[in-house]
Amino acid sequence: MPYVLNTSDDQRTMLAAIGAESIEELFSTVPEEMRLQRPLQLPLAMGELELSQYMSTLANKNRHPGDMICFLGAGSYDHFVPAVVDAIASRGEFYTSYTPYQPEVSQGNLQAMFEYQTLICELTGMDVSNASLYDGGSAVAEAVLMCVSSTRRFGRVVTVDSVHPEYRQNLETYLENIEIELVTVASQQGRVSVADIASAVNDSTACVVIQHPNFFGSLEDVAEVAAMVHAAGALLVVSFDPISLGLIKRPGDLGADVVVAEGQSLGTPMQYGGPYLGIMACREQFVRRMPGRIAGQTVDRMGRRCWVLTLQTREQHIRREKATSNICTNQGLFALRASIYLAALGPQGLAEVAELCAQKSHYAVEQITSNERFELAWSSPFFKEFVIRDRHNRVADLLEYAYQSEIFAGIPLSNWYDAYDDCFLVTVTEQRTKAEIDQLAACLSGATHTDMAVHA
Amino acid sequence: MRNRQATQLLFELSRSGRRAGRLPECDVPRQSLEELLPVSHLAGNPPALPELAEPDVVRHYTNLSQQNMSVDTHFYPLGSCTMKYNSKRNERLAGLPGLVNLHPYQPASSVQGLLQLLFELQQMLAEISGLPAVSLQPAAGAHGELTALMVAAAYFREREEKRTKVLTPDSAHGTNPASAAMAGFDAVTVKSTSDGFVDLEDFDAKMDQKVAVFMITNPNTLGLFDRQVGDIADRVHRQGGLIYLDGANMNAILGIARPGDFGADMMHFNPHKTFSGPHGGGGPGAGPICVGPELGPYLPVPTVGYQDGSYFLEMHRPQSIGRVRSFFGNVGVLVRAYAYLLTHGGDGLRRVAENAVLNANYLLSRVRHFLPVPHGDRCMHEFVATASALKQTKGVTAMDLAKRLLDFGFHAPTVYFPLTVPESMMIEPTETESKETLDAFAETLFRITDESPELLHDAPHQTPVSRPDEVKAARHPITRYESE
Repeated sequence: MPYVLNTSDDQRTMLAAIGAESIEELFSTVPEEMRLQRPLQLPLAMGELELSQYMSTLANKNRHPGDMICFLGAGSYDHFVPAVVDAIASRGEFYTSYTPYQPEVSQGNLQAMFEYQTLICELTGMDVSNASLYDGGSAVAEAVLMCVSSTRRFGRVVTVDSVHPEYRQNLETYLENIEIELVTVASQQGRVSVADIASAVNDSTACVVIQHPNFFGSLEDVAEVAAMVHAAGALLVVSFDPISLGLIKRPGDLGADVVVAEGQSLGTPMQYGGPYLGIMACREQFVRRMPGRIAGQTVDRMGRRCWVLTLQTREQHIRREKATSNICTNQGLFALRASIYLAALGPQGLAEVAELCAQKSHYAVEQITSNERFELAWSSPFFKEFVIRDRHNRVADLLEYAYQSEIFAGIPLSNWYDAYDDCFLVTVTEQRTKAEIDQLAACLSGATHTDMAVHA
Repeated sequence: MRNRQATQLLFELSRSGRRAGRLPECDVPRQSLEELLPVSHLAGNPPALPELAEPDVVRHYTNLSQQNMSVDTHFYPLGSCTMKYNSKRNERLAGLPGLVNLHPYQPASSVQGLLQLLFELQQMLAEISGLPAVSLQPAAGAHGELTALMVAAAYFREREEKRTKVLTPDSAHGTNPASAAMAGFDAVTVKSTSDGFVDLEDFDAKMDQKVAVFMITNPNTLGLFDRQVGDIADRVHRQGGLIYLDGANMNAILGIARPGDFGADMMHFNPHKTFSGPHGGGGPGAGPICVGPELGPYLPVPTVGYQDGSYFLEMHRPQSIGRVRSFFGNVGVLVRAYAYLLTHGGDGLRRVAENAVLNANYLLSRVRHFLPVPHGDRCMHEFVATASALKQTKGVTAMDLAKRLLDFGFHAPTVYFPLTVPESMMIEPTETESKETLDAFAETLFRITDESPELLHDAPHQTPVSRPDEVKAARHPITRYESE
């Protein structure tokens, strides 16, 4: 019982003050027939040393990108995290505090939220950011609900299959019970076809959701989609990659109404999928429909500049069933990490990370496709991810072969797309060296001769 | 002590040309940007982020951190939030490279250790809740509520039952009715009796075959165990409905009673409360849900399975509601919960509940002599006091008391919740506080109730700021910095 302070003496004194005979008596309001009549069947308690040994054993059973070469992406990325991010975010004053309900003793968190919101606005070209949501997937769903309530169009939502499949599954789940039709348009050559989206949008369509760079890594023509969507009276939701904005135009400058992102790449470790950071920002006119916490600037009774949680009449603890969302918390610690990351990088650093990703991924394509077994699935421009088609259609064997060579070479698209079972998605971050990329290319080429042998 | 220079906004500290680090030279043959990407996509200039050196960043944030109260630094009796100690070993273990670096799409064969951990966590939560089917996917308590209500909706859809309503007590967390609305239900409020329990008369009037789910928090938000829960569950089940238990207050009954044994069909855990995951200034949390066997097939995908000596992600579950987020879930939070559970074992968890309830009752026994606690002189893990009398006699509000506590180095209790008690102060000490701390808190609170109203209205006096103007903030929202 390492975290309980009461000694037996304390307990006796406290029970006497309460006027109770025993601790047991304090539970007398729990009826006997509702009690658990046996001890919980859990593993025996472990001390810190034992626990550390045991959990290290579990951790050591895993292979991880630290001891492999990682070309996995698809929404979770192996970007470098500067030490300053961990050093600050591991301060107890940040990570053991809670939602700033008492602003006088939470100015640190509130100012950090306000700075985060400003950084996200600068990054995206949008007017207003909230203080974050759970992750990139649920942020898409929340953005769509926000568009539905803003437009009061309850008929349809349109998306494209080049949006992350799990974001779309997440959206589908959220829309299931509120009877809004989700129409998913097929991409053409790995990109949005504006004409196809146009034909799916009708006058009860609340919004169109696209991703840029999309799930396949390709850049979309956001401005063209935006023009079409706005002409139809609908709103455009763009899911973006924060790192890409060191290099490519911001979604806010291309006509997006609401932008969302998985913010993991901004200083958060991959940790098998979460906790991550749901980024959301929008145009000014939608702010009162926004879900989640928002920090606002004000003054205190002495006229000093300070920050509070604001626009709380949107939220569940005030509005209950009429709230814009049921969301109660933000991802404060990861919004903080994102802010530290962006502050540490600055504009030049972000531009350099983005450019390194782009340079190295393009180099990787050249190297991989120098073997005629492999080709780029589509010729569209891409940022740091791309889809390789295996002309031998042996993707599973190929990736297994690479894994045996200590390389996470990519993610099979057959996980989500039956039609692309000969394709896999490769991601190259700034962390991958030329030597590692060459090793990947050599390994994939080597598989052309030996993959049969491995699985014989 | 406050360093006002360092706590200027990042954007005010920025100086053109400063930076904290350098990226490596590009080691592949460099192409011009125009060769890489069509010019129409290129931004030209990067976003106007602040420009800072590493010492700027560190001093800025370190000084900001010192303007927070936190569990590491202060007693934080924020009712309903279970602000217990967050152990350092859990942080270190969750940071093991073989856990923290894992990519969510690694092949299952490469993450057997993690999948084993998650599988065992599913089993442990099933044992603690008495509900056998578990989803670790939801990202927060409110997300767990929403997920469970979607599970209920799918369950009734398959049975071709048209149920449109979800009942929540008036003392429930705001997330309950908000989750109901998001899941497509009409949220209907059930009154509480004057002694703080579900008003059965009002409940009966509203309970019919249109009700899908009754959501109950037990122990409730007054810190009382509602003994009627078994009876209520029977009545709901007779009408074909389901019981959802909001697990926010599980700290009171760990190893004492299990929701599945007292009638719940579904519940969520808040590992960031009950199992000591740090609250992170407002997140991350996690909201794993446990449900009865008949509801298991509808849980989100994936869950973790075990067969023939290996662990795997169960993706193909045809009746599943689908996904409620991307990737597996808030694994980092779940790993900390796992470490917490292994640290305590079954007996240890029961002692957590016992000491949480002992501490709350002890504090109650001291506080009620000067601040009325309307719902009895015993409680579970928390209790709700009221400043109503002080307001009438001296014009002093619960908020005044809360603000003044800050001056003495105590975080305030939750105020003005639950909504059923006027001028409420909801106090949850948790088991990780000592008798000395509880005594000091009670003595301070007592002393404050005696202070002059003028002093209290202007409190706090010792904090960096005092009584921010929230009306102004909401009327003319400034949600980002703009240079003048």
